Amino acid sequence: MANSTLTKQRSEALGSTVALKSAMAVTGVILVLFLIAHMYGNLNVFAGQQAFDDYSHHLRELGEPMLPHGGFLWIMRVVLLASVLVHAYAAAVLWRRAGRARPVRYQVTKRVQRSYSSYTMRYGGILIALFVVFHVLHLTTNTIHPGGASDSPYERMVAGFQPEFWYVTLFYVASVVAVGLHLRHGIWSALTTLGANRQSRQRSLNIIATVIAAALTVGFLLTPLSVTLGLVE
Amino acid sequence: MNITLRVWRQKGPDDKGRMVTYKVEDVSPDMSFLEMLDVLNEKLTLEGEEPVAFDHDCREGICGACGVVIDGEAHGPETTTTCQLHMRSFSDGDTITVEPWRAKAFPVIKDLVVDRGSFDRIVQAGGYISAPTGTAPDAHAMPVPKADADRAFDAATCIGCGACVAACPNASGMLFTAAKVTHLGMLPQGQPEREARVVQMVNQHDEEDFGGCTNIGECAAVCPKGIPLDTISQLNRDLLGALTSSRAE
Ligand code: HEM
Ligand code: SF4
Ligand code: FES
Repeated sequence: MANSTLTKQRSEALGSTVALKSAMAVTGVILVLFLIAHMYGNLNVFAGQQAFDDYSHHLRELGEPMLPHGGFLWIMRVVLLASVLVHAYAAAVLWRRAGRARPVRYQVTKRVQRSYSSYTMRYGGILIALFVVFHVLHLTTNTIHPGGASDSPYERMVAGFQPEFWYVTLFYVASVVAVGLHLRHGIWSALTTLGANRQSRQRSLNIIATVIAAALTVGFLLTPLSVTLGLVE
Repeated sequence: MNITLRVWRQKGPDDKGRMVTYKVEDVSPDMSFLEMLDVLNEKLTLEGEEPVAFDHDCREGICGACGVVIDGEAHGPETTTTCQLHMRSFSDGDTITVEPWRAKAFPVIKDLVVDRGSFDRIVQAGGYISAPTGTAPDAHAMPVPKADADRAFDAATCIGCGACVAACPNASGMLFTAAKVTHLGMLPQGQPEREARVVQMVNQHDEEDFGGCTNIGECAAVCPKGIPLDTISQLNRDLLGALTSSRAE
């Protein structure tokens, strides 16, 4: 084997399909950790307006005085945005490659064992990306404000999920379910990509992926649905 | 049994190709799928038509030549090779669709025959050890843990049939590549070139225009030799190790 080319081969492999999916796995794990923290923050809604708004306020004070006001939040935003961009870029390259890799399609296809969630990763990902844009404009910048703008994150949220804005709630529900499906395959896939998959562990990996995905789905659904159903006002 | 076959016919690599329907009568349930195609071809030959080209060699499930997609499944409804699939797996009166492997890296040569040379080039890129083997060493000269030997042996049973690629929604050749990487990577003789091997084989895999793996698992589910999906996880780990390794050339 011509070892003299190894350095060149290594740099070529940095752009390989395996490297791309590894980048997706690492950024995906970052985003899942964010979602867990975010879900916890949202559940503060059940502790009342004061607690919810305090939580949001504390996010901006975190790290002070070592960091300036809002510094921690901005670091998080940069990390999240970079993760989303890398994740989406790698997904787009792999999607294009997959399309090129099978120029003539089968006339008959049959699924053998693949799950619905593995099958919907790409379109589901697009839905989630659109949701995130809408969601930031809605609850972070308050540029879109069904039910009226407010300085209180709690009020913004309660106003936006009122029954007359059922379509907002519906879009949230659909997107959160899409996130759940995305994570069901995504967590399994990320762990496999990062080398944790052994035949003896496959059951555990599947359970871990299903439990995290289900917990995030239910946890995220509770907040908007409670507002719409009038349990929180 | 009477069977209606919809078969992909393509005169050559540049022909557009199309599905053609044939009736095959008096099929015995004990025939293999290839024998049923033989019956069709005899009939076509007698009628002065060009027989359907399909690849085959051993007809006992060990050469990997006979891959076709049957009703949307690589090698058909049983997890075996097409030559080991029998007509008893179908019912009288069935309409069966037969297509070649579909992948850019496996171009159709004629009808159901594809060129799997891309697999050979992946192996040439690193699927070997360059240590001179000489005569067989003493059985205990180089101890190999039983579990490692078993895993290497299981991975080595890959016959290069290409069903994994055919079944993969991404047309990825990663299970095949991972089988080779695992087979050699589990054994002491494979260690000196372990890092270079995985890097070069993955690069060649990508250069051949296979798609990227997204861990869906259809490959392992159709593999006639039961190559496990976790070999792909092992390949990933080896590649990430090689990319972060400080070993000089
Ligand atoms: C459905 C239930 C959800 C609710 C009620 C909710 C609520 C909120 C609220 C109130 C904020 C603003 C926080 C603040 O300004 O302090 C926010 C920010 C954010 N949420 Fe959600 N969220 C939900 C689901 C999600 C999901 C599923 C994702 C990701 C896929 C997500 C991603 C984000 C992002 C990226 C931000 C912006 C962070 C920033 O830049 O400050 N959210 N969310
Ligand atoms: S891994 Fe299995 S399906 Fe793929 S080429 Fe080898 S034997 Fe065939
Ligand atoms: S002809 Fe050899 S495996 Fe089928």
